[in-house]
Amino acid sequence: MGSKWDWQVFLQDTGGGRTYLEWLMSAWGWTLSVALMSLVVALVVGSLVGILRTTPNKWFVGFGNAWTELFRNIPLLVQIFLWYHVIPSIFLSLRALPSIILVVFALGFFTSARISEQVKAGIQALPKGQRYAGLAMGLTLPQTYRYVLLPMAFRIVIPPLTSESMNIVKNSSVAFAVSIAELTMFAMQAQEETSRGIEIYLAVTLLYFVSAFAINRLALFIENRVQVPGMIGGGK
Amino acid sequence: MTALDFTFLNWNIVSNFILKGLIFSVQLTIVAMIGGIAIGTLLALMRLSGKKWLVMPAAFYVNTLRSIPLVMVILWFFLLIPLLIGRPLGAEVSAIVTFTVFEAAYYSEIMRAGIQSVPKGQVYAGYAVGMTYKQCMQLVVLPQAFRNMLPVLLTQTIILFQDTSLVYAIGAYDLLKGFEVAGKNFNRPVETYLTAAVVYFIICFSLSMIVRRLQKKIAIIR
Repeated sequence: MGSKWDWQVFLQDTGGGRTYLEWLMSAWGWTLSVALMSLVVALVVGSLVGILRTTPNKWFVGFGNAWTELFRNIPLLVQIFLWYHVIPSIFLSLRALPSIILVVFALGFFTSARISEQVKAGIQALPKGQRYAGLAMGLTLPQTYRYVLLPMAFRIVIPPLTSESMNIVKNSSVAFAVSIAELTMFAMQAQEETSRGIEIYLAVTLLYFVSAFAINRLALFIENRVQVPGMIGGGK
Repeated sequence: MTALDFTFLNWNIVSNFILKGLIFSVQLTIVAMIGGIAIGTLLALMRLSGKKWLVMPAAFYVNTLRSIPLVMVILWFFLLIPLLIGRPLGAEVSAIVTFTVFEAAYYSEIMRAGIQSVPKGQVYAGYAVGMTYKQCMQLVVLPQAFRNMLPVLLTQTIILFQDTSLVYAIGAYDLLKGFEVAGKNFNRPVETYLTAAVVYFIICFSLSMIVRRLQKKIAIIR
C-alpha cells in the first residue's frame, strides 16, 4: 500500500471554500435526510398497502398484490432512473421538483413493497377471532382495524421494520447515481480529487455503521416502550 | 409530453448493446451464487462450530459486510484489489469478486438457519452409526439444510440479480448499462429506461413465481 495514513486530507480545502470534513458532514446530513424521508413514505404507503391486502375486498387485495410485485421486482437503481428520467418527461409538471424528492419517492415506494409484506404478515399473525369479535361488537371494518387489529399487528412487526429501516440507510447510497450529494457520492468524488481513497472510504463506511446502529438502538427503545405485558417478546 | 418511440429498438441494437450486458449480469449472478453459497456454507459451519477462534472471525465477516451498503463494498474492492495485487483489474472481474464475497455473508445467514432447522437427532444418529463430523455434515445435515432452504436461497439469488445493476458505480457493462448506452446513442433514454424496467420485471417476476411453486412442493415433502 506504499504511503502512510494521511488523515489531514479531511482538513484540506476542497477548492470551494470548505474542508473535506465539512463536505463529509453535509453528505452525512443528505444521507440521513434521504433515508428518513423515504422511511416516512415507505411506512405510510407500505402500511396502507399491507392493510389493503388483508381486507375482504378482492379489488383492494389485487391492487395491493400488484403494487408489491411491481415495486419488488424492479431493481432499486432502475426505479431511481425511472423517477429521475422517465416520469418527469411524461408528467412535465414534475420537472420543477428537486431531484431529492424524486429519489425519496423511488426509495420510499421500493421499500413500501417490503413493508407491506411485513404489515400483512403481522395482521395475519393475529387470531381470526379478533377480527370477528370486533365486527360482532358492531365496529365498522375501519374501526376494527384502528382499535383491534393494528395496535397489535404494529407491535408484532417492529423487529422486521427495524431491519427495513436499517436497509433504507444502506439503500440510500444508490442515490449517488442521480448526483444526490450524499455519502457515497462524496466517497466517489473525494476519492477522485484527493487520491486518499482508503481514508475517505473508511470515514464514510464508519458513518454508515453509526447511522445504522443509531436506528437499531432507537427501534429497540420504541419496541420496549410499546411492549404489551405478557405478549410477544415477553413484557414484564 | 413527448411521444414515446420504441421503433429504434430492433434486433440489431438488442444484440449489439443489450445482449452483452444481459450475459454479463447472468454470469455475475451465477458465479456469485455458486461462490457465495460455497463460502457462505463454510462461514455458517464456522459459526455453528462452537469454537471461539472459528466463530469470531466468521461472525465478524458476516456482520461487517451486512452493515455496509453494497455500493460502498463495490467501491472498496475496486479501490483495494489493485493495491493488493499491484495491477489494475477490470471493472467486470472486480465486480465478480465483490459479489461473491459480499453475497457469501447473506447466504451464510440462510445456511445457518437451514442447518439449525435440521433436528439434533439427525446429527446424533449420524455419530451413533460411526460417522465423522465431516461425513455427518456432508451426508446427513447439509443435504437436508439445502433442501429446506432452497426457496430462500433462490429468493436471495433474485435479489442478487437485481443488485448486479449496482455495478453501475464502477462502470461495468451489465444489462442496465447496455440499455443506457443504447439510449444515449440513439438519444432515447426514456424509452430505454422503461424497457430496462420491463425486462428486469419480467425476469425477476417469473423467477419468483417459479420459487413460489417450488416452495409449495417442498412444503409437501416436509
